[in-house]
Order: sequence, then structure tokens, then C-alpha cells
Amino acid sequence: MVTPGWYMALGAVLFVTGMAGILLRRNALVMFMSVELMLNAVNLTFVAAGRELRVIEGQISVLFVMVVAAAEVVVGLAIIVAVFRRRGTASVDALADLRG
Amino acid sequence: MTELALFIVFGAAAVYGGLVMILARNPVFSALGLMLSMFSLAVFYVVSGAHFIAAVQIIIYAGAVMTLFLFVIMLIGVDRAENRQETLPLQRPLALGLLALFGAGILFAGRTAWVIAPPGIGAPSGTAEVIGDALFRRWLLPFELTALLLVVAAVGTVALALWRRGDDEPGESS
Repeated sequence: MVTPGWYMALGAVLFVTGMAGILLRRNALVMFMSVELMLNAVNLTFVAAGRELRVIEGQISVLFVMVVAAAEVVVGLAIIVAVFRRRGTASVDALADLRG
Repeated sequence: MTELALFIVFGAAAVYGGLVMILARNPVFSALGLMLSMFSLAVFYVVSGAHFIAAVQIIIYAGAVMTLFLFVIMLIGVDRAENRQETLPLQRPLALGLLALFGAGILFAGRTAWVIAPPGIGAPSGTAEVIGDALFRRWLLPFELTALLLVVAAVGTVALALWRRGDDEPGESS
């Protein structure tokens, strides 16, 4: 029997991995995938918590997170493609127009 | 015992997929690493009794979302070498330090600050029937709001896709 604490630990490790991708990579697509990994890590903790507390709401929350993530992916990728068509690059370093 | 073996194998697979995702130079490998992580998480959902969520995870994430990612990677071009030179001073060491601190914090919180289950009730079985019952009775309003959110996302995406350089508002074309 794996205690929920271990699922929490795994979720924490995956979340930090996603955060590292956000902070260290410069490719907008890879940064976006890192956001997805962070959302997935939180989903895992939701399911583990719902299982431990004997409620179904953990899984309902996961369903809502998935819907929001799907909407976010669609809009985000459309923005990345629009930026790429205009700039010819997907690197976030290139978007420095507001630099003083 | 089975759960422990599954946890070790697929936990390692999930972490490995995440590491491949952030370390691979080629975005296609990043996408495949993320897919591995998502499949591993689906296994955990099955183990935890969340069968419907596991199916949705495979269909939506590993299916639809990753296909979308791969399409965009193909559209943008994979052969472009990413410039790995960090332009911000101190970004890398600061990021690594803060990540270690944050990781230790949530690991500590996740392992210790943990509630004890109320005794006597079994774990919920996440079949489509149970999920649907909760979704369409207690959580009906949030569910309807997700429909609105999806419509907004679809309209916004179409608007972004129909954007052409010519029809921008003046002064914005660069």
C-alpha cells in the first residue's frame, strides 16, 4: 500500500520539474509543455487527496482542471503560432520590445 | 504490493519523462517525454480508482493536447537550433536555488501536513456514473461555465488564426 504522502511527493517532484522548464528554457513551446506538466502534477495530488478523504470531489476538480488546461492550450498555441508568423521565432528572448 | 511496484516503475517513468521534456534540445523529444509522463499519471489514476479520469487523461492529454503540440512543432519547424545562451544575468543560479528551496518546501508539506481519512467509508470509485452524478447535480453550474469557457477559447483561437498583417490596427505592424 502506497500512502498518499508518496503521491504528494511525486506530484511535488513533477511540479518542480515543470517549474524548472519554465525558468530555464527559452523556447515558448517547451515552456508551455512545462505548464502542462505542472497542471498534471497538481491533478495527481487532487486524485490522491480525494482518495484519501473518500470524496469524489477530487476527481471532479481534476476534470475541471483538464477543461481549463485544454482551453489554455488552444489559445496559447494560437498565440505562439501568431507570434511565430510575425517574428519568425518561438524564443521568448526575441520578444523584448518593451525593454527600456 | 502491486501498487508499490506500479508506483516505483511509473513514478520513475513520469519523472524521467519530465526530465526528458526539459532537457531535450529537439521539441519533438520534449513532447514525447511529456506524453510519457501523462501516460504514467493515467496509470496512477487507475490504481487510485479514478477510472473515468484515467480514460479522459489518455484521450484529452495524451491524445488531443499532445497532437496539437506536435502539429504546432511541425508548423514552427523543428530543425531550428535553440539558442541556449542565457541572456539574463544570474538567471540560471537564482532559478536553480529557488527551485531547490521551493521543491524542499512542498516536499516537506506534502509528506507531513497530511489529513487522516475518516474511517468506515471506502475509497470512492471514479466510474463515469459516480462522476456524472456529482457533476450534473452538485457541480452543475461550474460544469455549465466550462462550456462557456470552451466557447470563448474556440472563438478566440479562430480570431487569432484569422489575423492577417494587413488588417491590423494602424501602427502595430512591425
